[in-house]
Amino acid sequence: MSTPTGSAWLAGSGSRLAKYNFFKRVNWGRVSVFSVPTLWLAVFFFIPFLVVFKISLSETAIAIPPYTALLDWNAEDALISLKLNLGNYLFLFEDTFYLDAYLSSVKIAAVSTFFTLLIAFPIAYQMARSQPATRALLLSLVILPFWTSFLLRVYAWMGFLKKNGLVNEFLMGAGIIDQPLIMLQTDFAVYIGIVYTYLPFMVLPLYSALEKMDMTLLEAAEDLGARPVTSFFLITVPLAVPGIIAGCVLVFIPAVGEFVIPALLGGSDTLMIGRVLWDEFFLNRDWPMASAVAIVMLIVLVLPIMLIRNNQGKEESV
Amino acid sequence: MSATSMIETLSDSDTVPAASLSEQSVWKQEGATPFLRIENVSKKFGEFTAVDNVSLNIYKNELFCLLGGSGSGKSTLLRMLAGFEAPTSGRIIIDGVDMAGIQPWKRPVNMMFQSYALFPHLSVEENVAFGLKREGLGRAEVKQRVNQMLDMVQLGHLGKRKPHQLSGGQRQRVALARSLVKRPKLLLLDEPLGALDKKLREETQFELINIQEELGVTFVVVTHDQEEAMTLATRIGVMNHGVIVQTAEPHDVYEYPNSRFVAEFVGSVNLFEGRVIEEQSDFVRIRSAEADAVLYVNHGISCAPNQKVHMAVRPEKMRISREQPKQQENCVCGVVEEYAYMGGLTVYRVRLASGKEVRVTQPNMSRSSSERFTWKDKVYLYWDFDSSVVLTA
Repeated sequence: MSTPTGSAWLAGSGSRLAKYNFFKRVNWGRVSVFSVPTLWLAVFFFIPFLVVFKISLSETAIAIPPYTALLDWNAEDALISLKLNLGNYLFLFEDTFYLDAYLSSVKIAAVSTFFTLLIAFPIAYQMARSQPATRALLLSLVILPFWTSFLLRVYAWMGFLKKNGLVNEFLMGAGIIDQPLIMLQTDFAVYIGIVYTYLPFMVLPLYSALEKMDMTLLEAAEDLGARPVTSFFLITVPLAVPGIIAGCVLVFIPAVGEFVIPALLGGSDTLMIGRVLWDEFFLNRDWPMASAVAIVMLIVLVLPIMLIRNNQGKEESV
Repeated sequence: MSATSMIETLSDSDTVPAASLSEQSVWKQEGATPFLRIENVSKKFGEFTAVDNVSLNIYKNELFCLLGGSGSGKSTLLRMLAGFEAPTSGRIIIDGVDMAGIQPWKRPVNMMFQSYALFPHLSVEENVAFGLKREGLGRAEVKQRVNQMLDMVQLGHLGKRKPHQLSGGQRQRVALARSLVKRPKLLLLDEPLGALDKKLREETQFELINIQEELGVTFVVVTHDQEEAMTLATRIGVMNHGVIVQTAEPHDVYEYPNSRFVAEFVGSVNLFEGRVIEEQSDFVRIRSAEADAVLYVNHGISCAPNQKVHMAVRPEKMRISREQPKQQENCVCGVVEEYAYMGGLTVYRVRLASGKEVRVTQPNMSRSSSERFTWKDKVYLYWDFDSSVVLTA
């Protein structure tokens, strides 16, 4: 392009110049890379979310599908009427049953996340400290359970925990107890199931955080007068925080909405929002109510976590 | 911190350590009590002996350099002083206390790590305060001592920053401040200047000496860089294969190496192999086929007649000339094979008739190039009787 010689030239071709630059500036390679996950999220997350949201604003009907339409076309008066039913949401707050279910789910998920962290940390720590060759082996052992069906593994736990199951047989054989413990169909069994199932999701991010840690930092801490326990809490744990947060998020979110584990291992009094959802959908056939429960769960879960991530990102950029 | 002010303070203090050292020279006094005693210390890792029966006395206020290549055992020795490794055998006594079984966090020793090992999640202030807080000092005292120390290393204004926001030189200062703030009796420095560029290195070297003088802490420095050892140290211990080969003041290590290893490791040197033909208490005469000359050294050695020895002479102690000098001994003849003009001096590589290659450096005293030699020039190299050393080891 020749150099512009006067302002008139610039003014005359200003718009063309702008267009030209725009197309040159767009990095199509980058756009195509970003568009794939964006499209994926749009098609498989955002649109379904909108559908569920739409259903939650309708009313139940004995029809197929079992809810009323939001938009109503009245041909006589040429009137389109939009009918939004907020009753489902109001009912969520009126009936304490749902609030209890949410709180109970959050409690169960939080307690299980805590124990998962407690068990995963030593595992990840040991993995990160072992020889590179051993590390690869340990890593594959952590992932190994994924090769069997999740359902099978939960059923296996039923075998362990039931009245005449392995655990009770062993304890009674060893003479520690003389009455079998009731473990299956209790909250205890649900905790075990969740901790067991989600352990790898905690171990892997913790491992990757601990593995990056420079071991001389611990020597430096000891050299400055910190006992190993002190340097663990002042150096190792703070440096593992990104891994701890990632692991907790990965365990907590699916655990709150967990359905299979409480259904199989939990008792009738184990109240979790996943089961409530299931019951609303398949027993009551109240799709709008179930959708409202799902939407609120999403807001209750995703919002705080988004805030945490956002905060973390800000801190890192400082 | 301005560069000029730093250079000024450096040039002032430049001569101070050397002067005060010649007064002290504790290690030469009879019956002086060493501050750090390393007695017959060995360290084995499986079959490999990293440190082999090392004994060493280091005195208060010394700046002792352990100099050696990689795998010479110098770092292992340092880590044993810090308590990160336990000696397989032998004793380490610091200020009269046997360190056997004393954990790193209980030793009156601090270490500055080669990688600096700054805590990435803590600010500069918190890094420096870490050690003091472990002592259970009050908040006010910790703050005061941290500020004092940061001012000393000229980082007072950067206390709130995180390590990753600092330059290499600044990190090095933080690491130094952190290791000094606890006022250790003994400070261990592992390649303290290794990660700095050349210019920063030179500045920091003198600063280290200043700080050491000011605080009166005993320093043990590990380095593979002989220049660093020469400028820093009151004494140098040259290590090779887990053994301390020579312990001496920098000057003596350079001018009177006790073995071929030391002569070659510290600085560059020309070695001539030969056999002793005459041996008296105050001189030695050596016949060298390599040099095709008789070599005369004006110091006695204990050796058998006709023993094979090496004579070492430093490149800068040789003179180079086109005309044959009058002296018969210590004079060899060769052809300039290559030369490198380096500004302050010119380095020549001269090939002797025997095929031996000799390195000579000449200061460029005049600007004209007529004094200098070029390829294929036939030259005579000669040196004084007291310029060379006979090495039997």
